[in-house]
Amino acid sequence: MSDRSARLKPTCFQELILTLQDYWAQQGCLILQPFDMEMGAGTFHTATTLRALGPKPWYAAYVQPSRRPKDGRYGDNPMRLQHYYQFQAILKPSPPDILERYLGSLEAIGIDTSLHDIRFVEDDWESPTLGAWGLGWEVWCDGSEVSQFTYFQQVGGIDVDLVSGEITYGLERLAMYLFDKKSIFELPFNRTDSDVPLSYGDVFLQNEREQSAYNFEFADTDMLFRHFADAEKECGRLIERKLPLPAYEQCIKASHCFNLLDARGVISVTERQSYILRVRDLAKACCEAWLATQKVPA
Amino acid sequence: MAELLLELLSEEIPARMQARAAEDLKRLMADGLKAAGLEFTSVRAFATPRRLALVVDGLPTARADVSEEKRGPRVGAPEQAIQGFLRGAGLASLDQAEKRDTGKGEFWFAVARKKGGPTADALPGIIETAMKALPWPKSMKWGSGTMAWVRPLQSIVALFDGKVLSGEIAPGGAMAPVKFGDTTRGHRFLSNGEIKVRGFADYVAQLEAAHVILDSAVRKKIILDGAEKLCADAQVSFNSDDALLEEVAGLVEWPVPLLGTIDAQFMAVPSEVLIVSMKTHQRYFATIQHDGRLASRFVVVANNVAPDGGATIVDGNERVLRARLADAKFFWDHDRKSTLEDRLPALKDIVFHAKLGSQADRILRIESLADKIAAHVPGADPAQAVLAAHLCKADLVSGMVGEFPELQGVMGRYYALEEKLPAAIADAIGEHYAPAGPNDHCPSAPLSIVVALADKLDSLISFWSIGEKPTGSRDPFALRRAALGIIRIVVENGIRLPLKKFFEADDLMAFFAERLKVQMREKGVRYDVVDAVFALGGEDDLVRLLARVEAVQSFLGTEAGKNLLTAYGRAANIVRVEERKDKTLTARIQGALDALLFAQDEEKALQAQLAGLSLSKRIEREDFVGAMNELAGLREPIDAFFEKVTVNVVDNDRLRVNRLKLLNQIRSTMDSVADFSRIEG
Repeated sequence: MSDRSARLKPTCFQELILTLQDYWAQQGCLILQPFDMEMGAGTFHTATTLRALGPKPWYAAYVQPSRRPKDGRYGDNPMRLQHYYQFQAILKPSPPDILERYLGSLEAIGIDTSLHDIRFVEDDWESPTLGAWGLGWEVWCDGSEVSQFTYFQQVGGIDVDLVSGEITYGLERLAMYLFDKKSIFELPFNRTDSDVPLSYGDVFLQNEREQSAYNFEFADTDMLFRHFADAEKECGRLIERKLPLPAYEQCIKASHCFNLLDARGVISVTERQSYILRVRDLAKACCEAWLATQKVPA
Repeated sequence: MAELLLELLSEEIPARMQARAAEDLKRLMADGLKAAGLEFTSVRAFATPRRLALVVDGLPTARADVSEEKRGPRVGAPEQAIQGFLRGAGLASLDQAEKRDTGKGEFWFAVARKKGGPTADALPGIIETAMKALPWPKSMKWGSGTMAWVRPLQSIVALFDGKVLSGEIAPGGAMAPVKFGDTTRGHRFLSNGEIKVRGFADYVAQLEAAHVILDSAVRKKIILDGAEKLCADAQVSFNSDDALLEEVAGLVEWPVPLLGTIDAQFMAVPSEVLIVSMKTHQRYFATIQHDGRLASRFVVVANNVAPDGGATIVDGNERVLRARLADAKFFWDHDRKSTLEDRLPALKDIVFHAKLGSQADRILRIESLADKIAAHVPGADPAQAVLAAHLCKADLVSGMVGEFPELQGVMGRYYALEEKLPAAIADAIGEHYAPAGPNDHCPSAPLSIVVALADKLDSLISFWSIGEKPTGSRDPFALRRAALGIIRIVVENGIRLPLKKFFEADDLMAFFAERLKVQMREKGVRYDVVDAVFALGGEDDLVRLLARVEAVQSFLGTEAGKNLLTAYGRAANIVRVEERKDKTLTARIQGALDALLFAQDEEKALQAQLAGLSLSKRIEREDFVGAMNELAGLREPIDAFFEKVTVNVVDNDRLRVNRLKLLNQIRSTMDSVADFSRIEG
């Protein structure tokens, strides 16, 4: 074992991230950086959505800041955020020992599986906006959900060539469990014995307040409707040029505009479905265009 | 005789699919074995979260050669017949068939010789076929494979007569085949390495040593016994829940019940909320105090024997429950800050159905129905009924029901009580979805009856109006359940509700009749009698309809009833036969009898008896039993009539027609009580 794998169990939020990165690097994953756009979940990162398609193997892990405007609570709810972090590992094709590898990551972050009760509870995953679905589980540790595990079956409405095993850790929730905190804002962000010890609240509480106000009260809805339409148009134009990567960024943009409009409450129930379908159409087109660049000539 | 042991080890199988998958595997393997001519004495299947297992006892170790003959067409038959024969027998040409003289000519014969041989040679194919046919509700691919299974398949034990069968399942792609073998694995956390098994008994014993209880019935018993002991020690009683027990037994290979404590601060939240939150989110069982109230202990079933006796596990579960219940308590506290009335505007934004408007529109309809229905429910004040209807859906937009949809109604009742609305209104809100099924509690308080009826009638009338009627097994809006609910409420409370005041559609009334038959069949009410009464038409009061049905049915159970039914059949039959011969007869046998034409005492007596009946008055007074007694009085004169009187006198048509009129009157008199032609003798 290398020195790094013998790292002591994490005691703060950032050590949790570092430990997971180390662990998955040892499993042969690329350690990527977050995608530099607003998105609702780590799945939207091209390293998952697009790389899950096509015949090329792909092992990667990364942290993705995730934004869900509707989940904002102005920092008042100790368990809800509109901006949070997901840690995502994707192994394509899924190796036969993927569950053992996953359980190894729990040991690495300090969950002794002999002392705890680990369960795999059925949880099928579906992303209507990405036209994606898979089967898997919620993983429970003593009744607390610590990860989601999904075998991707379809992305962008396309059957996958190789099945990816995707593991998502909701970092704040996991940290609250590991460090026994009742509020996200009380989580130690760095070590409490650091020169400048800071909590999650020190770093993000003001952001939650201001962003919640933006999401629910001040986002310019006319502008967002325009941005949605622009992104939709641009995406289509780029697809025609066979440029799936920039096209997909426009799809991500449209999706986030929709999420903001939804939070502002200006999209009715019936319209909601049609917006989701419009984003899905973009995602599908991007996935198809991407796949065309991935096929190995027969 | 030998034993077949099969185990399919995979990653964790969803709890809800396990029992069905074990049954399917058993059925498919039994079918496969029988189709291959392999008899056996027993087959059993088992499921755990990680494995399906099957044991077949009493299989022969070898099969003898068998030859099956199939006779085909005559030699020289048309080409089409020959081709059909070849296809059916799986032959390429007539060269493979035999010509034989049967004594009735020469025929083609196909002779299929099934090679016997060791059973072990036939089993791998049967196993593979069964696995491919196993209908998982949802299945998936994994790795680079193309095979579908519920979750990635890891290993297969296939032993026949103690020896490994030669075979494998190829997941496809670049993946290594899963070879049949004799090794498996025990509990994911409580065992190490592979287990080599020799046969079923050995398999069960070794699994148990490796902390896996194969039989889910045994796992359930361990959970129940363990939970009951824990509860007894803590002086509470275990609140078992069959569905939850089934699910939990499918989540653990080695069940370890543990007792946790609900934080005291949450005990003021309604117990329904605590129970639902513990059950749906956490799969915990509730416990009950001696006085019947919810106790502050819960049972969690772990899948691990921890070195600290489970202290860490209990602590973790208590923490997560605190977080869950903090959410529930937040909703409870927050929801009570607004009144039900305050919530109503939000219902305008909730679409009930695209063609039927919002929940707010629906409430208006339910209010108006409640107002009308209240007039028919003794003790129901219309203004109160309308108010209860007005508020009955308000909890749909509360935080709690958003989180736990199954608490709809229940929360509305609590919130109504909190804002000091009359208890009867709160109860009417709480019970308006009831009865949700044949075993659910049926409302009996006047206001509850009104609102529960209004809610269900609205569903039926509204969906009927847009053509959304149930067909076959498709009933997306649960209209059958709504109709059954109405029937139960009306019948169990004796509510005189003229349904036709509420809707026009005849097929909706017929739908009620159908549901009534289904509902009443279980209670021993004959469907043909329901049909016979319903066929009279115009009856829309289910209580009156059933009273009449019961009277007719019990009458038919008596000697007089049986006899009269026979006489009715005889009278109807004679008239029918004559009507067929003479098209003008139908018109001629209507109307009054001509008393002057009576030639025999028996016909006079019968006529007098018929004329003396006061059936319609009795029916009007709903004295159905009295009406039946009157009918019983017809028996003797009718019997005497048939014994002594010839109806179809050949030489006197006026006499004949008069007698046919008399018979026709028997029929129409009896038909005024029920259409006896629909009664199955």
